This record gives sequence, C-alpha cells and structure tokens, in this order.
Amino acid sequence: MIKLRDITKVYPMGKRELTVLRGINLHIEQGEMVAIMGPSGSGKTTLLNLTGCLDIPTSGNYYLEGRKVSHLSSGELAGIRGEKIGFVFQTFNLLPRLSALANVELGMRYAGGVDRQRAVAALTKVGLSDRANHRPTELSGGEQQRVAIARAVVKNPPLLLADEPTGNLDSRSGDEIISMLTTLHAEQGITLVIITHDADIAHHCQRIIHLKDGQVEREEKV
Amino acid sequence: MKKWLEPLSTAWVGVRTHKLRSALTMLGIVIGVAAVITLMSIGRGATAAILANIESMGSNLITIGPGASVGFGGVRSAGGSAQTLTQEDAEAIAEQIPYIAAVSPSYSSRLQLVAGGENMNSQVTGVTPEYWEVLNLELANGAFFSDYDYQCGAKVAVLGSNVKETLFGDADPIGQQMRMGSTIVRVIGVLESKGTSMMGLSDDAVIIPLTALQQTVAQRTAQGERVVSSIALPVSDEGQADYVAEEITELLRSRHQLGPGVDDDFRITSMEEIASAISEVSGTMTLFLGAIAAISLLVGGIGVMNIMLVSVLERTREIGIRKALGARERDIWGQFLIEAVFLTFAGGIIGVILGYVASHLVASIGQMTTVVSADIVILAVSVSVGIGLFFGFYPAWQASRLNPIEALRYE
Repeated sequence: MIKLRDITKVYPMGKRELTVLRGINLHIEQGEMVAIMGPSGSGKTTLLNLTGCLDIPTSGNYYLEGRKVSHLSSGELAGIRGEKIGFVFQTFNLLPRLSALANVELGMRYAGGVDRQRAVAALTKVGLSDRANHRPTELSGGEQQRVAIARAVVKNPPLLLADEPTGNLDSRSGDEIISMLTTLHAEQGITLVIITHDADIAHHCQRIIHLKDGQVEREEKV
Repeated sequence: MKKWLEPLSTAWVGVRTHKLRSALTMLGIVIGVAAVITLMSIGRGATAAILANIESMGSNLITIGPGASVGFGGVRSAGGSAQTLTQEDAEAIAEQIPYIAAVSPSYSSRLQLVAGGENMNSQVTGVTPEYWEVLNLELANGAFFSDYDYQCGAKVAVLGSNVKETLFGDADPIGQQMRMGSTIVRVIGVLESKGTSMMGLSDDAVIIPLTALQQTVAQRTAQGERVVSSIALPVSDEGQADYVAEEITELLRSRHQLGPGVDDDFRITSMEEIASAISEVSGTMTLFLGAIAAISLLVGGIGVMNIMLVSVLERTREIGIRKALGARERDIWGQFLIEAVFLTFAGGIIGVILGYVASHLVASIGQMTTVVSADIVILAVSVSVGIGLFFGFYPAWQASRLNPIEALRYE
C-alpha cells in the first residue's frame, strides 16, 4: 500500500535549511493499522503530510499502491487525495458555516460528486443522523470529530490518515473515536495510519513506528 | 445534485453566508451600472429630441446662406456677413434647378418692437408665402399673410409666442398695431410655441412679408438686386439632395461671376448634414457621460477585488480543507471566480433596474427625454460581468495557489 524509500524533507528557513526527515524507509501493507509515535519535532506530521500527498519529498521515492507519486504535480496530487485518501485532523477542520451533512457531502465534492444518500449513510454510521442539520459550533468536540470521520470515509478511500485524532478531546470522546476507527478498519479493511502521543491508543494498532529526529528509531509489533 | 451545479451552489453559499459584505460589494457595481444607464439614457434622449426637432422641420431642407465677405486686403469676416445672396438668385434657382418643391428666400434684421407700454428687440424675418409650408410652421391663432399681402407689401406681422407674451401679455394681439423699427405693422397671427429650437425660428421671432421688410430696411447690391439673408428650399426627391446642391453651386457661381479658383461666396447646408453633425456631437457627449459613469463602475470593480482578497485571506483554512479533500487548483480558482462574477452580475442586474427607474424619474421630474436602449443594458451587464472576471481573477488565483499544509495551519 505505502512504500517510502529514503525519504528526506528539507524546509528552507531563510538562509539556513531545516531538515525534518532524514532518510525514512517504511512499508505499510494494505489493510494494516499503524501508529506513528515520537516526540514533538520528530517529523510525524511532515511524514503524514507526505504520505497524504499534501506535499512532496525533497528526495526519495514514494509509492502509493505501486504507483510512484513522489514527483507528481500539485493537480495530480489533489486527484490522488480526492480519490484515495481520507484525513482526520486534530482540530477537526470542519467548515463552520456548513451543516454536518453538508460537511460530509464536501468529502465527495472533489471525489466523483456529491451523493446525498451516501452522506446520510455515513453520518448514520457515526451515530449522528439526528444532527445532520446542526452546524459544527452546535456540536460537541467528539461529535465534530465523528462528522470529520464521516467526511473522510464517505468516499470509501483505501487509506485513512489521522493526525492526533483524540488530541483535542476528553478521554471518553477519545475512546469513542478510537473504537470507531478500529471498527472502520476491521469492517472495511481500510488502511489506517494514526499519529498519537497516547500509548494506549497506539496499542490498538498492529504496529507502532517510533520516530526520532526525522528517522525511524524502531518499529514495534503489538 | 447535478455536477455542474455544484460550483454554483458553493459560490452561492459563500455569498449568502456573508450577506452584508456581499451586499456592500454589490453596491459599488449597482451604483456604477445605474449611473451608466441613467447618464447614457439622458444623453441618448437629448440626441433623440434634437433629431426629432430637426425632423419636424423637414430633413429634406436645403439652406443657402451668404459666405464670408472678403474685404480689402483679404480680411475675412465671419460667415453670413456678406450680402451676396439675392432674391434674384432665389428666382433663378426656382426656374432652373430641378427637384425643388419650393424656394423661400428670407431677410432677417434685428428691430425694436413697441406695443402699448412694452418694447423688445427681436429678429424680424421677411419671408415669401412659401416660407409657411417650407418650415412647417403652425399658428396658435390668427392667420398667415396671403399672396396678395405679399405682393402689395402689406405691413402685417405674425408673432412668435414669446414676442406676443412680452408685448401683449394675455390680451388678444390680433388686429392690434405695433411699431417695428420706424414702421407701424398690424398683427395678424401668433405662432405655436416650439420651445427652444436649434434651427429656424425661435419663439422670439417676428415674420412679415419680405416685400414689406424690403421697403424699410433691406438693401440692394451694386447690381440692384434685392439682398436676402438666406434661401430655404425643400428638395422634392431626397435622393437628389447632393445633385441639387451641386447644381445650385454651379448656378450661383455663374450668377455671382466667380472665376475658377475663387471661393464660393455662399454656403449650402442640408438638414441632413446638420442632423448628422449634431448627432455626432451629442453622441460624443453621451460617450463622455458614460465614461464618467464608467469610472464609478471601475471603482466598484476595485471594491470587488478588495473584498475578494479579504475573503480569500479569511477563508484560507477553508481552502486548505478543500484542498485536503481533493480540490484541485482549478476547483478553488473557479469557486472564487464564480463568486466574484455572481456578485458583479447580480449587482449589474440590480443596477440596470435602478438605472431604468432613475432615468424614468429624470424624464418625469426633469422634463427631459430619456432613452434606455437595449444595447446599453447589455453593455452594462456584460461590463459588470467582465469586471467580476477581471477583478476576481487575481484573488481567485491567489486562493488556488495556497499551499494546503500552510492553509490548514492558518489561524
């Protein structure tokens, strides 16, 4: 599913350069559930952005489902994001002026077109069918994150990337979100990559990748 | 939902969620378009009114006036000051030139008019009986002088409506005597008021038989011919106006004994020429008015750009989210461009309606003719759409180029 070969990422910072990733080699199988852990500044989010085709590496090759995507144009990357990748963010990133349902529909907007019934089904699946017309501000944090999950999976992407999905939630809502993601993984065989600081969450996954200073420090089977 | 409708509905949501801002943005375009429509309609209306006025005098009218006189040393005075045109010229034209319905020579002179205790200075024009029909004159009351009056040089006068008003007030002037220069004349008719007229007689004029005027003030040339100040002649076949003008030129040159290389000592103008000159001038005026209004449209366009830039900045995060969900640059670009065009198009439509209402108000309150023509409406709406495209282009482009990661991080 995901194959990273000697990935480096360097950001220019004025005259100096900031090296965030230093030669990452990683292999994630289809249907795997993987956690990425590591201290702040270890390059977790940069790695996730590259994996999610939001950015391209400075050097190295990235193969997604066997296709080399590390040198594609921004338009081609957008196409891949629309088709293959769902994102769940720490800060939910719902559009505040749209209803929950409209937010979910937005997940299909750039991926083949909006289908109201599928959007309703996705909301039902995360248990929010009765909140379809609520704005995000009228929902609790846990509910907002569930809308965000519905938005990410409504187009049935093979890959779901979650960047600290429970980071802004209390532990009970967090647990709900994790069990929802676990169920998605178990039922739909979706490949799931989660960035987390929480060892409990990481241990729901099949494999934990520890990053440090832009390198894979160690991998741990659960 | 139909796929092609989605960008439209996205833009609509964008507009609707910022109602006040959208309304203010539109206002600039509304005012601009309304101003263009109103001012252009006033300009077009004025042109139409002037042309209608000329039309009423007969567009097939040819007028001959004296040319500039050349004094000693070649000093040229203003056109019309020479006394080269004579009644004999008019008679020759009537006899020799084809396609002419009538020939009406006239002689004008400014004279002091006195009646009762009132007096005024007026342009007194001596005319032939044909003058009446040639200039389509209408009487408010009384009668025009007869052929007999003309032949015997009867001292009778037809007054312009202002002259009647000034000298006689509300009294009936018909049959009353008044003094005109050193002559006593009897009033026999009053002309219908024509309003301000670009051409021909104004309401301040007085008409008397040419023969009567010749007895008192008119002059003769060295050859003893009777000087006239203008000759009006309607062409019976409008298509032959140019030919007639050429023939007259030739005839008058030979009558005035002008050798080759000598300038004409008379000037021939056709109504058509005057009409086209006037409509050219007022067309330029209309364009000028439109250009001034277009400046406000331009300012409105800059307002659109300003708001769109603010909107892009404010919605940076939304752009990031959309990009993460798979929106391509053209999707984002299209979304903002459509939003800008939607605002200016709606503003344009409202502006047209407002401009239409305003030009009708101007017409009814200001007593002016206004003409709202379809071409201006179409032009104004397409210009406002063009403004949306032009001034929305850069903000939309900027939005589309945002880096998704940075946009998502934007607070």
